[in-house]
Amino acid sequence: MGEQITLKIDNVEVEATRGATILQAAAGAGIDIPHLCYSSNWKLPPTSSCRLCLVEVQGAKSLVTACSHPAEAGMVVRTDTDQLRHHRRLIVELLLSDHPHDCLTCENAGKCELQRYAYELGVKAPRFLCEEVATEPVQDGPAIVYDRSKCILCGRCVDMCHDVQVNGAIDYYGRGYDTRISLPQGLTRDQSCCVECGNCVNVCPTGALIAAAAQGAGRTWDLRRVQTICPYCGCGCTIMLNVRDGRIIETTVDPSLGVNKGLLCVKGRFGMDFIGHGQRLTEPLIRRDSELRPASWDEALEFVAGRLSAIKERFGPDTVAGLSSAKCTNEENYVLQKFVRAVVGTNNVDHCARLCHASTVAGLARAFGSGAMTNSIEDFDLTDCIFVIGSNTTECHPIIGSAIKRAAVQRNIPLIVADPRTIELSECASVHLRHKSGTDVALINAMIHVIITEGLADEAFIANRTEGFEDLRKAVEPYTPELAEMITGVAAADIIRAARLYASAPAASIVYSMGITQHTTGTDNVLSLANLAMLTGNVGKPGAGVNPLRGQNNVQGACDMGALPNVYSGYQSVEDQSVRRKFEQAWGVTLPAKAGLTVVEMINAADDGRLKALYLMGENPMLSDPDVNHVEQSLRKLDLLVVQDIFLSETAQLADVVLPAAGFAEKDGTFTNTERRVQRVRKAVEPPGLARDDWQIVCQLARRMGYEMAYDSASAIQDEIASLTPSYGGITYDRLERGPLQWPCPTADHPGTAYLHKDRFARGLGKFHPVEFIAPRELPDEQYPFLLSTGRILQHFHTGTMSRRSAVLDTLVPVGVMEIHPGDADRLSVADGDTVRVSSRRGQIELPARLTDRVSPGTLFLAFHYREAPANRLTIAALDPVAKIPEFKVCAVRVEACR
Amino acid sequence: MDQTEIPKLGTSRELSETEIYALLDDLSVGVQSNLISVLQRVQDRLGYLPAQAIRQISLRTRIPLSRVYGVVSFYAQFYTTPHGRHTVRVCRGTACHVKGGEKVLNSIKRKLGIDENESTANLKYYLEAVACLGTCFLAPVMMIDHQYFGELTPKAVDTILDNYGTGK
Repeated sequence: MGEQITLKIDNVEVEATRGATILQAAAGAGIDIPHLCYSSNWKLPPTSSCRLCLVEVQGAKSLVTACSHPAEAGMVVRTDTDQLRHHRRLIVELLLSDHPHDCLTCENAGKCELQRYAYELGVKAPRFLCEEVATEPVQDGPAIVYDRSKCILCGRCVDMCHDVQVNGAIDYYGRGYDTRISLPQGLTRDQSCCVECGNCVNVCPTGALIAAAAQGAGRTWDLRRVQTICPYCGCGCTIMLNVRDGRIIETTVDPSLGVNKGLLCVKGRFGMDFIGHGQRLTEPLIRRDSELRPASWDEALEFVAGRLSAIKERFGPDTVAGLSSAKCTNEENYVLQKFVRAVVGTNNVDHCARLCHASTVAGLARAFGSGAMTNSIEDFDLTDCIFVIGSNTTECHPIIGSAIKRAAVQRNIPLIVADPRTIELSECASVHLRHKSGTDVALINAMIHVIITEGLADEAFIANRTEGFEDLRKAVEPYTPELAEMITGVAAADIIRAARLYASAPAASIVYSMGITQHTTGTDNVLSLANLAMLTGNVGKPGAGVNPLRGQNNVQGACDMGALPNVYSGYQSVEDQSVRRKFEQAWGVTLPAKAGLTVVEMINAADDGRLKALYLMGENPMLSDPDVNHVEQSLRKLDLLVVQDIFLSETAQLADVVLPAAGFAEKDGTFTNTERRVQRVRKAVEPPGLARDDWQIVCQLARRMGYEMAYDSASAIQDEIASLTPSYGGITYDRLERGPLQWPCPTADHPGTAYLHKDRFARGLGKFHPVEFIAPRELPDEQYPFLLSTGRILQHFHTGTMSRRSAVLDTLVPVGVMEIHPGDADRLSVADGDTVRVSSRRGQIELPARLTDRVSPGTLFLAFHYREAPANRLTIAALDPVAKIPEFKVCAVRVEACR
Repeated sequence: MDQTEIPKLGTSRELSETEIYALLDDLSVGVQSNLISVLQRVQDRLGYLPAQAIRQISLRTRIPLSRVYGVVSFYAQFYTTPHGRHTVRVCRGTACHVKGGEKVLNSIKRKLGIDENESTANLKYYLEAVACLGTCFLAPVMMIDHQYFGELTPKAVDTILDNYGTGK
């Protein structure tokens, strides 16, 4: 907080921080000064162009713009005088001179700021009638409509795009009367760098920019707004679902709420229509005569309860397994793992975190004692250096991607990007380390080597807060930058430069994601990053840390809730007797002491007959797991496959029983985002047909299997979670109503924890783990000469169950493509758009090729969202020995042109 | 660097990526460059700003493409289509009008076979009509690039246009 000053605004003594503008000072005292080009909500820079915020300052030669003029001590300001009203009226009249007067039918009526000021200033018939701008609204792409005739050229959308979202897709174009807002000349939206986030739509004060899908669907006064959390990635953005007649019309934001501070990405803004999709499951289905046929809830639940009990009776509880869901709420994950453990009597429960961040949970728990993102998203605003490795942040975590770009471009801090591909972030990076896939340990060890040799290590931190440094020092000794250059393909000089940039920043943040974790050396990769951070004292302080970005909306929560085979909620080990006793007492049963099977182990057990029944809640292993041909073969061998989902997914199509579940917008609960923030999910619409909340389905099943499991509400489940889970101990729905909480939050008066390991690591001392470089399991050879990496793209999510059923998202990117370097394509006589056959030792798919130098020669990239070309037919189920995560990022394939 | 790779003034054909690279290398275009001066210098060399050059300038300066186009479209001095090497500005001020300026303009149009704000097919000339050149004592008057030509007649115009830039 800066120095406080006092000034007088409209005869009121007002306090303000030195440096605040007159407009901000007035707003602080509840005085609203009219403004159009400036928007305080998104911290846009004032441009002083609309002149509506002019105020009188005693002693000043002329009127001043309140949005940009600093408040000064002793200043006497008047914001509402006859002269000012006269002047403002003139401005609005001039704006209306070439603006269509169609408020009767305008989409934005009711929330239009121009309309509001016209009303407040009493502007009735416009005084100056010029020729209206005679242009039709332009809809370029499926999402956004621009109506130039309604554009007042305030420039908010431009500032949003350049300064906040940092894409710079649109700008003013032309001059004088012809000025408009435009993409680069001659480019369509999808050719430009526009990411269709629609943040421009959100800041537009008039109806010039609107969401295409919301046209004609109702205006602001018709819509009910429900605050909830986005169901896509782990950022955990707060969204407002605009509902009319039980249907979601549009997603908007409240800039004062949530980690996103009013920003959204294309999925969050335009991808919610899957909820109302016609293919939603509306009734239970039972397979009869090899076909899935409708059944009543009674029939379906009785059938499942009977079969599960029989299998448990005959073959033992360990022949049953449950897969929980990173898309479901914390309460549902808690209930499902409780069902598997207390009702079935096995620890065979896991979920897709196994496929994305199991190595994070394992690695960071060993090094620090807690396997979660150490710092907060907000920290990117104050960090001095960011090292992004194995994360295509702008596509996979767009809101965090924007925050990183703002830091790099607006604040000009060093950004180091290590990624085998060229990505959006590498284009604004100080240094791009384009290392070969799977050589992360060599790269990081060399950075550590440089930091130690050049005396850049934080010796006090090492001495006071850590153990095992000597082992690390010895282990990295051979990893000279020159050796690393040979292994990784990155020039030694770049490695040295990156090491110096990272080590010399007062607070440096490491950001990583699946490029690090999805390797057979995933745990090693995570340990090396932990080494790097501890070596430089970058743990336990703001703006620093090791920050794994979690993929799914609630993958952090599903892990926290104990949907893992070795721990109960809050990472309490099933093998710890005192912990087990606590849960046995609470749940009133005897619990198994042996850790259960992980995802890929379950599939293997199904294949060899050790597993008989699989209960699946909101997961789709038929697209998400490695080597899906093998997955299919294994699932078909099960005696019982039950799938609880909102759509008939590729996996549900194989099920014996399918149970229709409520989607995120149809239920109450909580999600925990990537930075451990527990946030309320709220019901906005009714579920379709007979669909029910996942937790209710599981509770009803438990009761039919003879175990009394009943809760009045999601809130009651949270109370049970809090009573058994120290890190969630202080979290109740009452508190969450007032705002989200970051765990650990052990008691009712604990404020939550923004960054972990302050003063003391969760395990006491941080532990250095010496790590050696080990090559990926399957590297290219003569028969399969290309290295394939899989991943995600901005417009789609995971197995596409949701995003492929969103009209806007699926129109934007309807088909998957394989990225190949133009030189390689040339040798194979493959042109851009040609269909190619990609095969590995495990399967093959056909899809169009995209020629791009974003991938290196000899490497290919595929997104795994597409059922038409499932990338995971190709991937290898080779596992990290510790975390059991599969190596999605490296396998060997062959490419042929399809003729 | 091989100077022959740098494209010559008034090139009308599509430029190759290599040629644009060579030109921007020659002008040392980078993150530190001043955008307007880069645009001016590239246009000085090429006669106009081809789309590929604008894209490359955006990449090298790390200024978003939309902003580069914003600047290009704001200033009347920048052209995004092939543009005559020499700009002919014909005065249509009051004095010139009285002394037959319109006839002069029409004869230039006929001679060059183009209308106002157009370039000749060989990209030698670009024609503009302007409000006043401030040299009424020379009326009717025109300028070619930075040189004035006064007391014009339709016939004189023909000779001037034929000989301009040929050293005669």
